Amino acid sequence: MIELEEVWRIFRVGEGEVHALKHVSLTIERGEHVALVGPSGSGKSTLLHIVGCLDRPTRGRYLLEGREVGTLSEEERSLIRRHRIGFVFQFFHLLPRLSALANVELPMLFAGTPPEERRERAAQALKAVGLSHRAEHRPDQLSGGERQRVAIARAVVMDPAVLLADEPTGNLDRASAGEVMELIERMNARGLTLVVVTHDPAIAGRAKRVIRMDDGAIQRSGVRGPGFEPRAASPESQGGG
Amino acid sequence: MGGRVRFLDLLSFAAGALRGHRLRTALSVAGVAVGISAVVALTALGEGARRYVVDQFAALGSNLLVVLPGKVETTGGAPFGGVTHDLTIDDYRAIARLQRVRRSAPLAVATDTVHFRDRGRAVPVLGTTADFAAVRRLEIGSGEFLPVGDPNQGGNEIVLGVTVAQELFRSENPLGQVVRVGPWRFRVVGVLAPRGQSLTFNMDDVVLIPVGTAMRVFNRSSLFRILVDVRMRGEMEVTKKDVERLMAERHRAEDVTVITQDALLTAFSAILNALTLALVGIASVSLAVAGVGIMNVMLVSVTERRAEIGLLKALGAQDRQVLAAFLTEAVLLATGGGVAGLALGAGAIRAFVGIYPSFPASPPAWAVASALGLSLAVGVGFGVWPARRATRLDPVAALAKR
Repeated sequence: MIELEEVWRIFRVGEGEVHALKHVSLTIERGEHVALVGPSGSGKSTLLHIVGCLDRPTRGRYLLEGREVGTLSEEERSLIRRHRIGFVFQFFHLLPRLSALANVELPMLFAGTPPEERRERAAQALKAVGLSHRAEHRPDQLSGGERQRVAIARAVVMDPAVLLADEPTGNLDRASAGEVMELIERMNARGLTLVVVTHDPAIAGRAKRVIRMDDGAIQRSGVRGPGFEPRAASPESQGGG
Repeated sequence: MGGRVRFLDLLSFAAGALRGHRLRTALSVAGVAVGISAVVALTALGEGARRYVVDQFAALGSNLLVVLPGKVETTGGAPFGGVTHDLTIDDYRAIARLQRVRRSAPLAVATDTVHFRDRGRAVPVLGTTADFAAVRRLEIGSGEFLPVGDPNQGGNEIVLGVTVAQELFRSENPLGQVVRVGPWRFRVVGVLAPRGQSLTFNMDDVVLIPVGTAMRVFNRSSLFRILVDVRMRGEMEVTKKDVERLMAERHRAEDVTVITQDALLTAFSAILNALTLALVGIASVSLAVAGVGIMNVMLVSVTERRAEIGLLKALGAQDRQVLAAFLTEAVLLATGGGVAGLALGAGAIRAFVGIYPSFPASPPAWAVASALGLSLAVGVGFGVWPARRATRLDPVAALAKR
């Protein structure tokens, strides 16, 4: 599903170069739930952006669903983002002037979906995140947890293959964080591939596999590897819901 | 999976973004509105000036033909050289007898000094006949015009323009007084009503004497012009041909030029059109300023909405779609300004006409259409650069900040 081979990402900063990613090889299977962890600047966000087709590898190959996407044109990469990838951000990135429903409609608007179909699908997506009653509210009238759930509805409304979440709970209280995680885990259980970037061990611990990054390279990758005892570390995250 | 944004969706998306910044939107719309209203109002004034002049010509007598000695290939200009035959008083009489001619008047011109006692004034002296008043729509202020009679004979009557009368006679009554032109003595029979500039002469500052006398006084053998008043407006061209044929017969050569008033009118009209275009050019400067205003607003908008642009890209909006979205905003600002400007311009014209009711100011249809087209062009022209900046934004960097 997601295959990275010897991926490097090098940024030019003035005269010098910063190696944000080096020697990254990684395979994520369909339906997996993977957590990307590591300290700030370890390259986990850069990796997520490459996986999300927002950024290109400087070197190496990236195959999404068997297709080489690192070398595609910007136009084609937009289409992949539109149809195959859903993004959830730490700061939600909802458009403040639009209602919850209109925010969820946004990806379909740029896909040219007819208005009636758009409305219907957006309403369904909102229903799936339990926010039908908030459809006409604007983001500033919603709580943090509700905003993130609207963002999740927006991320999945195009029925993508993979959901990429960058610190999805970073701006939420524990209760909301639990709700949001349960929501995306439910979607994962129905087959949506899930990649979560986090530095919260409790959130990382919920993943089937944790990939630890440091200094642009993968340090450790394993199923519930040592160093992560999530259930013990944050017992309350189990019950949120 | 459709690939194109629907136009209405794009429109409402852009309108929604503009509604988010009402004051900024209103100000840039106002900028364009001022520019467009200036274009509309100034074209209306220019066009009004053109029509005013055309109306003035019509008042002169739009059925006027002018016969000049000499043949030129270009109409509308004064002929030089190549005079083979004189234009005589007998030519005038022949023309006056033509079927389609209502009346005609000969014109002989020289500049001379008119004296009354010790006062003198150098003015154009026009030698003509009684019909000149009717041909040129002249009105008599006091006394009467030149008497009807044999034009070859000529008497010693003189009619004064109103300025000449005032300058020479001050408060005295000029009627019946004797004035001198060179050694010749004339009896004042009438004073013209004020008229002002008319074609080539200021009719307030001329004197008129019988044409036969004028030829002797000036020692001329040829007339300066023959003015022909045609019965029917629709017969101008035919009559022109009649006159040309008649003169060719009489002179056995094509040695006169006949010009219609239309030729002069066309020349004036062209000049005033150029004037109107110049006014539009000036007004366009304010439109360009408004365009820069739009560019500024859109640049601020792009900078402020980096996160939104990054998000749209992450959601799969293509570069050209982002470009279209921001361009639509700029075009909405400009056309909104265009429509407001038309209304503003129409109001300004109405106010102007309220103050000067005789001035026929109204914007021509082409000005209204091009004002709208222009505002659209301003939106696209000045919106492209900011919109391109939006598409060039790196989504990763744009999304990183809150």
